[in-house]
Amino acid sequence: MSATQLAAASNAAVYASMVTLTFAMVSFAISFASGRRRVVVVAPAPVEMNSSGSTAVLTRSVGGTPTDNQTGRRSANIGMSLTWLGFVVLLAGVVLRGVWAGRVPWGNMYEFSITSALGILGVFLLISLRRDVRWLGLFIVIPALLTLGLAVTVLYTEAAQLVPALKSYWLIIHVSAAIICAGAFTLAASTAGLALVQSRAERRGKSGLARVPSAEKLRTLTYRVLAFAFPLWTFAVVAGAIWAENAWGRYWGWDPKETWAFITWVIYAAYLHARSTVGWRGDRASWVAIAGWAAFIINYFGVNIFINSLHSYSGV
Amino acid sequence: MSKQAPTLPPMGALGFLRFTWRQLTSMKTALILLFLLAIASVPGSIFPQRGNNPLRVNEWISDSPTFGPIFDAFGFFDVYSSPWFAAVYLLLFISLIGCVLPRTKVHWRAMFAPPPPAPRNLLRLPESMSFEVSAPTDEVLARGRKYLSGRRWRLLVAENSVAAEKGYLRETGNLLFHFSLILILVAIALGGLFGWKGNVIVRTGQGFSNTLTQYDAWGGGRFTGASRLSPFSFTLDKFNVEFDRSEAQRGSPKLFEADVTYRRSPGTDAENARIEVNTPLEIDGAKVFLVGHGYAPHLVVRDAGGEITFDDTVVFLPQDGNFTSTGVVKIPDSNPQLGFQGIFVPTAASNNLRGPISIFPGPDDPAVFMSAWRGDMGLDSGAPQSVYRLDTAAMEQIGIVALRQGQTWTLPDGSGSIAFTGFERWASFQIAYDPGKEIALLGAVLAITGLLLTLFIRRRRVWITATTNTEGVTVVNLAGLARIESADLPGELQSLRSVVSDLPDTASASSNDETREQK
Repeated sequence: MSATQLAAASNAAVYASMVTLTFAMVSFAISFASGRRRVVVVAPAPVEMNSSGSTAVLTRSVGGTPTDNQTGRRSANIGMSLTWLGFVVLLAGVVLRGVWAGRVPWGNMYEFSITSALGILGVFLLISLRRDVRWLGLFIVIPALLTLGLAVTVLYTEAAQLVPALKSYWLIIHVSAAIICAGAFTLAASTAGLALVQSRAERRGKSGLARVPSAEKLRTLTYRVLAFAFPLWTFAVVAGAIWAENAWGRYWGWDPKETWAFITWVIYAAYLHARSTVGWRGDRASWVAIAGWAAFIINYFGVNIFINSLHSYSGV
Repeated sequence: MSKQAPTLPPMGALGFLRFTWRQLTSMKTALILLFLLAIASVPGSIFPQRGNNPLRVNEWISDSPTFGPIFDAFGFFDVYSSPWFAAVYLLLFISLIGCVLPRTKVHWRAMFAPPPPAPRNLLRLPESMSFEVSAPTDEVLARGRKYLSGRRWRLLVAENSVAAEKGYLRETGNLLFHFSLILILVAIALGGLFGWKGNVIVRTGQGFSNTLTQYDAWGGGRFTGASRLSPFSFTLDKFNVEFDRSEAQRGSPKLFEADVTYRRSPGTDAENARIEVNTPLEIDGAKVFLVGHGYAPHLVVRDAGGEITFDDTVVFLPQDGNFTSTGVVKIPDSNPQLGFQGIFVPTAASNNLRGPISIFPGPDDPAVFMSAWRGDMGLDSGAPQSVYRLDTAAMEQIGIVALRQGQTWTLPDGSGSIAFTGFERWASFQIAYDPGKEIALLGAVLAITGLLLTLFIRRRRVWITATTNTEGVTVVNLAGLARIESADLPGELQSLRSVVSDLPDTASASSNDETREQK
């Protein structure tokens, strides 16, 4: 394939994955909404009498019609399949971009964004292999789509050779770790946000969002994802420091990018401490997890675009 | 105070200290200090910092004469060396030490202590089971003991019970992580006290030797002096640079590299090296980094009689991405003094409407725009002057002209001429020595190791009791306890049950039940 064909194929794949993910989002949204209706139903629940044998057992169905449940489950399954499809197509787009550029596909903000969207979906799908997280789909596909949307509209740049500062194998190590963290942090922010919603409902004695686990389960999932992401983020920062020592002559110089990486690290460290501090384990810890994600996002968009930093490789 | 709480003894100085210490080392305080550290780091990314960009700090202050000095007084331009930032991280580290030391003591004891004996009623624990087996109690306990010790559980064996504990590395990792942070802080301090860092601009064909006077800027720690600089020297033989000419990334650098000849000390053999952005040259622990480059036009100045008064390449500093560069030439010995301010453009804009601005960083169409000044350049005041600035306060402008390569400008007042004969490139190097960096790396590696241990190892206890009931059957009670929720205890208890009852292990099949519950 020629360079222009590669470029066209990569861009087409990215757009195709966006279309697929939009349908995935709609499916997840339908599943989510059908679940909601199930909770809203307050009509007197039908009481069935089961009189087989000597003991009569009263069964009370939780409410709603079985069709609602089926619709919800089916559309959640469609959403998962479409997310897998979108992931594979996006993977193709990212790989083609790398082939086109002749290097790793994260040399500027556009490339980093599409690869991060891949990271968000990848972390989610990886978890979905081990446990049922279909309820989370909507809150994963939305940030992935937003990232891709920003990438193709605002951040798009033609593939070009790397500037000399980026020509190092540390680009592969440092940035790939950051991309996986982007996925994990985003997922954890979604579950932490859902935990806040559920815990609010639980405090008011309601059952909360249907199909979504209890606040406590969500908090546990958030913790597990962040317990995986925190050492990885530490590694990403350390790898960056080693690279900085090799390129700029100091391993830490409080460049804005480094500063915000440090702030992100400190907030997630605070999260882990909050998890074992009385009075902080619940909603407060969830807020801290969201704050850590916010710092990560500021570091990505804010520092790349608005602040003059040594890490200004955005290409925008 | 005594009125409200008469039972409390007076606190006293020692009591107050103890109270303060407990507050400081509590987890809540650590949490608040962590948040403070995050918040305190923010201004350093918003305000320009002296350590990174002193020029922009000065600009910032002169642009806002009201707030500039106020922010400066509060250390907003030196956030990371300001007293308030130091206060936060030092308090955090004191809190950390105060928390970690007692825990180390406790953990040290725990490592050599046997696990706690089985509670009286095992079945009260949330993870527990009771079942009957045909084997005698001794054999049941022996099987359990063998299985557990084979999996490196710590054991406490009593007459009718076995207590076991595992996962001590979790706390070891936790302590290792926190001690590593202290190690990193020590490494940073070492670098600050014994390290040094300097910047120098070297023109092609020129040399540099590692002494203080040769540096354009130099900063060292408290315990670094000129005598500690190793006596190496190098010459910049050639500087290669290429810029992208494609539509998309026009003008962005594709390559820059400096070819140098260096000697470790004056008497030793010359060696050749190529310094690139990600490949510094290491000489005796000091590293020479390529950090920038630019143009040095060759200018020749003659006086009214045609005698050469200046003939050299002059370093011009780039002002934008296309290397529109500025520099000055000073002829202090002429009478009156003569000075030139120049703008060098590697590729002049074809229409001169945009003024002296370069449109490409490569030297496609080099030109200099010279403005000549006559008068007193203020050298006699004794104040140090920058070689990149001409103080024109007491000077008058003679004229201004654009020169292409090879052109000569005869000054309109007849006081001489200036010729632009060509140009060289220069490279700027940062030379740094940091004795703490290896220790910092060690600290970072240990910190990550500690994190992995503490986040992925689960500490848990199991107990087995075996008794014979009135009918002569062995009754086995199993129970487990984990400190955190993520433990896979039910599976472990199942395995143990299979082992003590001498059955095939069914745990791996049953432990996945919970994870798929929503399907």
